[in-house]
Amino acid sequence: MYRPNLTLVAGACVAAAIGTVAIAASHTVPPSVKGRQGAMQVISLHAGLLGEMARGNSDYDAGVAQTAADNLVTVSNLNLSTLFPEGTDNGTLADTIALPAIWSDPAGFQTAWEGFGTAAANLQAVAGDGLDPMRAAMGDLGKSCGACHDTYRAKN
Amino acid sequence: MRRALIGVLILGGLGLAAGLWLTRAQALTEGDLAGLTGDATQGEMVFYAGGCASCHAAKDAEGEARLILSGGIGFVSGFGTFRAPNISMDPDQGIGAWTFAQFASAVQRGVSPEGTHYYPVFPYSAYALAEPQDIADLWAFWQTLPASDTENLPHEVGFPFSIRRGVGLWKLLYMPDGFTMPADTEPLIRGRYLVEALGHCAECHTPRDALGGLDRSRWMAGAPNPSGLGRIPGITPATLDWSETEITQFLADGFTPEFDVAAGQMALAILNLAQLPDSDRAAIAAYLKTLPAAEEQSAEPG
Repeated sequence: MYRPNLTLVAGACVAAAIGTVAIAASHTVPPSVKGRQGAMQVISLHAGLLGEMARGNSDYDAGVAQTAADNLVTVSNLNLSTLFPEGTDNGTLADTIALPAIWSDPAGFQTAWEGFGTAAANLQAVAGDGLDPMRAAMGDLGKSCGACHDTYRAKN
Repeated sequence: MRRALIGVLILGGLGLAAGLWLTRAQALTEGDLAGLTGDATQGEMVFYAGGCASCHAAKDAEGEARLILSGGIGFVSGFGTFRAPNISMDPDQGIGAWTFAQFASAVQRGVSPEGTHYYPVFPYSAYALAEPQDIADLWAFWQTLPASDTENLPHEVGFPFSIRRGVGLWKLLYMPDGFTMPADTEPLIRGRYLVEALGHCAECHTPRDALGGLDRSRWMAGAPNPSGLGRIPGITPATLDWSETEITQFLADGFTPEFDVAAGQMALAILNLAQLPDSDRAAIAAYLKTLPAAEEQSAEPG
């Protein structure tokens, strides 16, 4: 008759429990990752306010458009070094889509981020001047987002 | 014994002949295309719906330069790296010396003027479903495009895929004999035409089998990116929960409902789709909303 080795079973249970805790721990999102994801959400919020006006889904409001563009410029002035510390790429952590290229090509990454800064500043200069100038500048802003995401962000 | 050997040889010869006949390149003839007159203005819309520049413009070309179809972009796949050829109006490096029948044979049959098969990285299996009139219009528009004398780069494809005759077998297996999805009313008919024929969306959004043929049972279910980087998203309503309006607007400006942006090859597709009338983008969205849920292919190493 088969009799389970209780010591072995208990040991396996403990090991499984430790493993579960370890996996749960590795799923804790570091503050740097939360911070950069928050920054991207702030960008998304304001691009959305402007984009909905550009699409005609909401009425153009010069004041809101200007504030949105101002806030995009404010975000673009963040120094990214605290948001993208070493060891927070998608090969190391589960909850990020930041590619290792960010760290292997820091100059390119910085140039791409500055591209967003330039596009945001150009948008800020015209956002309050009417729907058409704002819409044109939004197109360039979108391109600057895509240019960086293409190289430095994993596809989901 | 000798008689048996001769019999085997004859059978083998017949089999070989049948195989060669079945896998031959089947060009379109002037007769197939009789009575068609192209309209360049209409052809410009076919050009954008077909996305020709996405693959054949030079890498990173912008604005007007996207009309210079000098080729050169590399497409990495499990079969090797394919190079987009120069299809500008240059008579030597490009296709400026071609006849309309040669152009139509290339686009809709995947057959070169020399009578060889093109690799299916060129989406002729989708363009095969296009209306001949659209191809005539496209060729009329082509006559207005600039020439470039950029030299063609060779494909980097190893044996056995380097044997072009094998593509004849691929065509027997995978050339569609009709549309994949049913559509009997507008705007679904137009949407299906734009998605399945000219837009060749399935080339990226539908998974492929081991021989590189589309798995039509998982139509638009998403697929590994052949470049090995990430995945191409599924675009059936089961995986894409955007509204019809959100899809329509995304196809015009490239912004997702969260105001993230289209990246990579899709950003290039948006450059083309943005040129179409709004009704076409809405038709594409309406078609996508009718797609059945399909199991998304699990991630696998590229």
